[in-house]
Amino acid sequence: MSKVLMKGNEAVAEAAIRAGCRLYFAYPITPQSELIEYMAKMMPKVGGTFIQAESEVAAINMVYGAAGAGKRVMTSSSSPGISLKMEGISYCAGAQLPAVIVNVQRGGPGLGDIQPAQADYFQATKGGGHGDYRLIVLAPSTVQEFADMAADALDLAYKYRNPVMILSDGMLGQMMEPVEFRPAKTEEEVQELAKQHENWCICPNEDGVNRHHHEINSLEIDPLVLEKHVNNLFVKYAEIEQHEVRCEEYNINGDNEILCVAFGTASRIVKSAINDLKTEGKSVGLIRPITLWPYPYECVARALHKNVRQVYVFELNKGQMLDDVKIAVAGRCDVKFWGKVGGIIFTPGEIKEKLLECF
Amino acid sequence: MPRMTVDPTYCKGCGLCIAACPKKIIRFSDNINAKGYHYAECFNQDSCIACKMCYVTCPDVAITIEK
Amino acid sequence: METIASRPLSLTKTPFHYCPGCLHGVAHRLIAEAVDENGLRNVMTGIAPVGCSVFAYKFFDFDMAEAAHGRAPAVATGIKRARPEMHVFTYQGDGDLAAIGTAEIIHAANRGEHISVFFVNNAIYGMTGGQMAPTTLPEMKTTTSPYGRKVDDMGHPIRMCELMATLVAPYYIERVSLLSPADIIKAKKAVAKAIKYNKEERGFTFVEIISTCPTNWGIDPIKARDWAKDNMLPFFKPNCFRDRGEGVE
Repeated sequence: MSKVLMKGNEAVAEAAIRAGCRLYFAYPITPQSELIEYMAKMMPKVGGTFIQAESEVAAINMVYGAAGAGKRVMTSSSSPGISLKMEGISYCAGAQLPAVIVNVQRGGPGLGDIQPAQADYFQATKGGGHGDYRLIVLAPSTVQEFADMAADALDLAYKYRNPVMILSDGMLGQMMEPVEFRPAKTEEEVQELAKQHENWCICPNEDGVNRHHHEINSLEIDPLVLEKHVNNLFVKYAEIEQHEVRCEEYNINGDNEILCVAFGTASRIVKSAINDLKTEGKSVGLIRPITLWPYPYECVARALHKNVRQVYVFELNKGQMLDDVKIAVAGRCDVKFWGKVGGIIFTPGEIKEKLLECF
Repeated sequence: MPRMTVDPTYCKGCGLCIAACPKKIIRFSDNINAKGYHYAECFNQDSCIACKMCYVTCPDVAITIEK
Repeated sequence: METIASRPLSLTKTPFHYCPGCLHGVAHRLIAEAVDENGLRNVMTGIAPVGCSVFAYKFFDFDMAEAAHGRAPAVATGIKRARPEMHVFTYQGDGDLAAIGTAEIIHAANRGEHISVFFVNNAIYGMTGGQMAPTTLPEMKTTTSPYGRKVDDMGHPIRMCELMATLVAPYYIERVSLLSPADIIKAKKAVAKAIKYNKEERGFTFVEIISTCPTNWGIDPIKARDWAKDNMLPFFKPNCFRDRGEGVE
């Protein structure tokens, strides 16, 4: 496989198609319109379905339907549009449907602006939609990772019958970096993928002993049944928490005096600052959560080596992942936060300055 | 011999079949079903002409028509 | 002796939970009969709405989906595009289709999705206890129009068939009623046609079914039919608005 220079929004679309996604429903919104445009061009080429839906609400419900039919399906939007999808996401979680939702975050709240932000962390990991459910949330930090996550998200969604979100941002969506794609699934493999789900999805039936009555549904009007159902969901979530946590350790060692925690685009800038400080003999480590749910609490806790006297969280928001870091640190160390909002990205220099204040 | 049969499990005593029957041979039973409804019953099967109007109008698909 | 009318195969044995005299059960039966008659039971799927028929997935004996309020046409689109071998219908009430779901129904119709939509119109919100619907008549008293629907403030009732008829794509649009056995027989013809066109992949089919709500109108089932005949039919006129199979535009 050769490397190509590609824009994040397009790379994730290409990767999704290669991973067997054959249905895509979405609504245009900056900064992810290149994703929907790429899908409009490429889906018909693989005999897939592309619909520009009438709204983000309609799109997520089309996803609910296609996922209910056991097929690999994806939607994408950006912050305000993701808000619109929250009802549908809750329904997908309740009905245990494998859906992939890409959020190319922008500044908020409300209409906000079109520049990159990380202000949807709470929305993604602490609900967003109503009810007790969890969304698997993957946070890429490079275009390569963004693309790889398309396949990973689809696999996870189908493995656990749960919606999965790729929490990207306008920077990653718009920037161009070299990407190496995994080999595309063949049409036979794509057909096979759907067959795996015919024990629960909407599909052709037969009379006799094998007759099925599959229901794609999140309504359980009997409280005892709903209680059981929600508890079952959480058995599933416990399994995901046990097996699917991912994080990156960057320059983590026993010399660390400061431990940074940052995800996505923010983490790249923190890495630059860390490298710079290294040349000045200052040891700073970074934990970069890759799954925001399940959150790598243990990763963060394990990185608190004996010389760490400050944990610093850097985000492009007013402090959302901060709470999870505090949970992980559990009072063992002081936790500071610094962030930029409004769609503005901090610079390595600004991060370095903040870190130097701790020395 | 045409006959209409009401399954008491389904009947909710709404009365639509009674109104629909052109031969006026359906009435509410004195008995009640498990839900407490006086279900419909045919009291004169000999006059049934299997027109199916009762079946057509029954909202609970409680009626079977034989001919 | 042979049985000439009995419970269709496409209905489960579960008793309907509808109020006595509510005509939802008739509509369900017509759809089930049409599915059986067209041999579609093993490739049929329906989308239940939010409304009195929210449990429709318990009543039809084939795979079913429950949709969020108003979203059934979008869910149907997703299912049909994902599995074209399945035949899909939605079953929706006034609130589901003509209030929260107006965007979804118009756009699914506009795209000409190969689905059938059965729209049960009884001019009120049944499940939630009798609130005003988009199809509630002027001056009609409901729990959220306690002084009567004041059109200057609350708008006029919406005629969905007429609205849909302005779109190019829909293949079949008809309004029928269930207000007498004769009307039900006519309604069956429309439902059967929609399902037949669905089987033949002709395009988007839409049947509006004028029905009653004895409980929330506060009158008995038989008086409710009369009330609907006198008050609803003059505004919601039964008519075939489009039938491309028969050359009606």
